[in-house]
Amino acid sequence: MDILQELGRPNVTDSTQRRGLLHSGSRASLLDRMVEIRVFEEQVQRLFMKGLIPGTTHTCQGQEAVCVGVASVVRTGDPVLCTYRGHGWALSLGLTPVAALGEIMGKTVGCTGGLGGSMHLSDRSVGFWPTIAIIGAQLPIAAGAAMASQIRGDGAVTVAVFGDGAVNIGAFHEALNLAAVASLPVVFICENNLYGEYSRIDRTTAVSDIASRAAAYNIPGVIVDGQAIDDVRAAARAAIDRARAGDGPTLIEAKTYRYVGHSRSDPAKYRLAGELETWQARDPIKLLAAAIRPEAPDQLIASLRERWEGVMAEVVETVLAAPEPDVRDMFRHIYAPIQ
Amino acid sequence: MPELRMNQAIREALADEMRADPTVLVLGEDVAAADGVFKATEGLLVEFGPLRVRDTPISETAILGAAVGAAMAGMRPVAEIMFIEFLGVALDQIVTQAAKMHYLSAGAFSVPLVVRASSGAGLGFGAQHSQTLETWLLNTPGLKVASPSGPMSAYRVLRAAIRDPGPVVILEPRALYGVRETFDPDTVPIDGLGIARRMRDGDAVTIVALGQMVRVASAAAESAAARWPADVWDLETILPWDRASILESVKRTGRLIVVEENPQTGGWGNEIVAYVSERAWSSLKAPPVRICCPDAPVPFAGKLERRYLPSEASVADQIQALCTDGRRLTPWWEAV
Repeated sequence: MDILQELGRPNVTDSTQRRGLLHSGSRASLLDRMVEIRVFEEQVQRLFMKGLIPGTTHTCQGQEAVCVGVASVVRTGDPVLCTYRGHGWALSLGLTPVAALGEIMGKTVGCTGGLGGSMHLSDRSVGFWPTIAIIGAQLPIAAGAAMASQIRGDGAVTVAVFGDGAVNIGAFHEALNLAAVASLPVVFICENNLYGEYSRIDRTTAVSDIASRAAAYNIPGVIVDGQAIDDVRAAARAAIDRARAGDGPTLIEAKTYRYVGHSRSDPAKYRLAGELETWQARDPIKLLAAAIRPEAPDQLIASLRERWEGVMAEVVETVLAAPEPDVRDMFRHIYAPIQ
Repeated sequence: MPELRMNQAIREALADEMRADPTVLVLGEDVAAADGVFKATEGLLVEFGPLRVRDTPISETAILGAAVGAAMAGMRPVAEIMFIEFLGVALDQIVTQAAKMHYLSAGAFSVPLVVRASSGAGLGFGAQHSQTLETWLLNTPGLKVASPSGPMSAYRVLRAAIRDPGPVVILEPRALYGVRETFDPDTVPIDGLGIARRMRDGDAVTIVALGQMVRVASAAAESAAARWPADVWDLETILPWDRASILESVKRTGRLIVVEENPQTGGWGNEIVAYVSERAWSSLKAPPVRICCPDAPVPFAGKLERRYLPSEASVADQIQALCTDGRRLTPWWEAV
């Protein structure tokens, strides 16, 4: 069957259904979501460069196989906590492009009505917890979510996602140690894209394999090719199964690469010569397209891109036309209402 | 009616809430097997088991982060931070995570956690274990901060904090853990946070205090009562503080003394003086006065530590001076 036919019209309206598409195990759906994220991030960058979005943003072109792969094996509703490089995770976990871009542009159609912005996307209905913009802070919070599951015996497994820049802050070590000694149902996934902000990993981190840090906590440490979505899915599934069985946490290191700078203001002049090209040769979208349609992968990617570029153009129109929040909205939600 | 020490009252409050609500859990350093270093969690492990009463590593970021995560997942964790200073290595989890998550999720997540921490001077613990430090937390919308003044107050505040839908930090004056009070826990109304408690009724001067300074203020007011009956208030909750009660009192008495266990610079007493001055200026018969600690670390030697803290005598003298001729007494450290 033709892949576009199999995929049907892009679903951009229902986060739970969107999540379900990834759970189908269809490689076409995985590829389609990766292309959606790539096109979305390119659109976000364009809008920033045009000055239509204030502040900063952190996009994830090149890393799509990690978020899509993991989301496809995490049970819907189980907590996922990730970083402010979170647009890809948001879309993978089900957030609609309007809810994501609306938030990034500070509009009422955003997932929290413009209170959060690019660094704070969330959708509780699919287990997508607020993304956290303090390096490493989500790791102990994830351990706590897992502690709640352990006490209740609800079978949920929490996933904590972070970059290589987070492995040198205390919260990383405290969280892994606590999770290990209490055998908490949590999986720690490091997106090692080789750079913490503007600094290459070999200048900031004493080990080149983040997974080796697992030895210090007596938990499994697994290295996975972050560009190969099948490998990501297999590693994540094994770690989740292990945690759900009560055998405690796993540290997964996905080796990946971001094609863009740390944030919108970073041209990434610090890259080693040829490094970007080497990684782009193993682009996660190209690798999966070649596996699905070896005879014409570029054509497949082009046809998927075309449909998402059309969708994103409409998304941008919708968000631009949406109202800004009311001034009084800044006072909503400061304190939870007393029942 | 039982006579309880403050640490026992805290233990009773924890046990009562844990019996009433299976989502309540306790975590911290040595809170389970060792019954807590201040014996405020005595016997909880035996009654509620190791899933709900959890010893942790010496990892404050992990303790508080885990409390945030468990709370967001629907539990009601009570985390013990042994000394409030230890919050310094984990402040992010309270100020930037716990206090922001309801807001950042537009109300989808609430964070019903309690942090209990011992605080304050008076026991010879030295400069790194004797601060109050509530000022670290005050300009944090989304957070509540309270400090009890004795056993019944501690029982009431803790139960209210556990039931509160958001994050609450309770600073327990360490010097009061051994103080006894006779009260019936079953009949203490749990009426919520943010309510100042009138300790004494009077019309000569309003005295506002928090934590262990409430006892100092009350004792001073007692000694001055014959001539200058004071309206003494225990704020109990400092964020948000009970503005209406204090403002109403000062408008009636025309005089304000704040007694605060904090260095002079940047304390919450300044906020109270400013708020009241802006709104009750025409009612004031004398300048508002703040009695506090000097801008110095808490000294170790007993003689110095006693001098560091506001004394009953200094408050009594200030009541006399303010009510007699509107005079502010020079703090002792400006004269040495």
